[in-house]
Amino acid sequence: MNQDHESDIAHLHAHGEPREGEESPPQFFELLEMAIRGLLVERGLIGANEIRRQIEVLDSRNPALGAAVVARAWVDPDFKERLLKDGRRACEDFGISFYDDTDLIVLENTDEVHNLIVCTLCSCYPRPVLGLPPDWYKLRPYRARAVREPRAVLKEFGTTIPDHVEIRVSDSTAVVRFLVLPKRPEGTEAWGESELASLVTRDTMIGVALPRVLNEEISQ
Amino acid sequence: MVQTMSNAETVIGPLWALDQYPEFTVGDIVEVASRMPVGHYRVPQYLRGKPGEVTKVILPIAVDNEQEGYGRNAGSRRHYYRVRFRMAELWASYEGGALDQLYVEIFETWLARVAL
Repeated sequence: MNQDHESDIAHLHAHGEPREGEESPPQFFELLEMAIRGLLVERGLIGANEIRRQIEVLDSRNPALGAAVVARAWVDPDFKERLLKDGRRACEDFGISFYDDTDLIVLENTDEVHNLIVCTLCSCYPRPVLGLPPDWYKLRPYRARAVREPRAVLKEFGTTIPDHVEIRVSDSTAVVRFLVLPKRPEGTEAWGESELASLVTRDTMIGVALPRVLNEEISQ
Repeated sequence: MVQTMSNAETVIGPLWALDQYPEFTVGDIVEVASRMPVGHYRVPQYLRGKPGEVTKVILPIAVDNEQEGYGRNAGSRRHYYRVRFRMAELWASYEGGALDQLYVEIFETWLARVAL
């Protein structure tokens, strides 16, 4: 299998980089996926419609879902308690279905602990509540450095965590996915749930950023 | 439906069979096996051979996916544990301070209790 993969790469290099509009020949894992998909369809185990439908399910997930969950947790202490106890069930009760067998642990940021999530082995991510991960989350520099020098990585995202706060990196390796519950910013006591949700970006739920209130928003 | 328990003894419900009972409990000091089998295993190499502390027993019991991945059904008898490691223990030149920790889920077959 490795040899095949290497000869694919050698083949690509021999022909140089493909030009725009030119198809590059499929590589090992693309061919493997095509072959398995072809066999499953041929044997009637799944159909093209089911494959398309699952892609639509994945595409319907985005960070706005996670932001709504976080905002609810900020305004509803009972919901927050249930969310921290059993993340998947609380999200399902909230109306977010899980289409896979993953579980969800929600990690609360506090004055003492700042959470950061990563998947060093591949790209495990709380997809049912956040959608597809950003490209940098899947690339080796982030995956390798988040567990080794998290504070330096955070700084590059513009996030400085004081030394007296514990950095808690969770490496998603198995059946559990993680979602960071950021700290509610000060000055938002009078805000409604949907206004609060607008502060909760994808990056704040990965843990590389903190929710920020711009000054104009406070003065409104 | 992940639930966590602070202590294996406090779980309410039907009893586990002896071979399904969680081998470790919260606070146990464990060591990750340092074996290097061929294939894809969900235990990052940087943790192999390292000592950590069990912080949660993850419920319910889970299928042994490393066996399942090779088409063998080893059943669902063992648990995943959320284990924490001190960053300073993992990386000799860690610069972030002594408080920082790494948390990870590890399947029971990869852990051994460390005698204190």
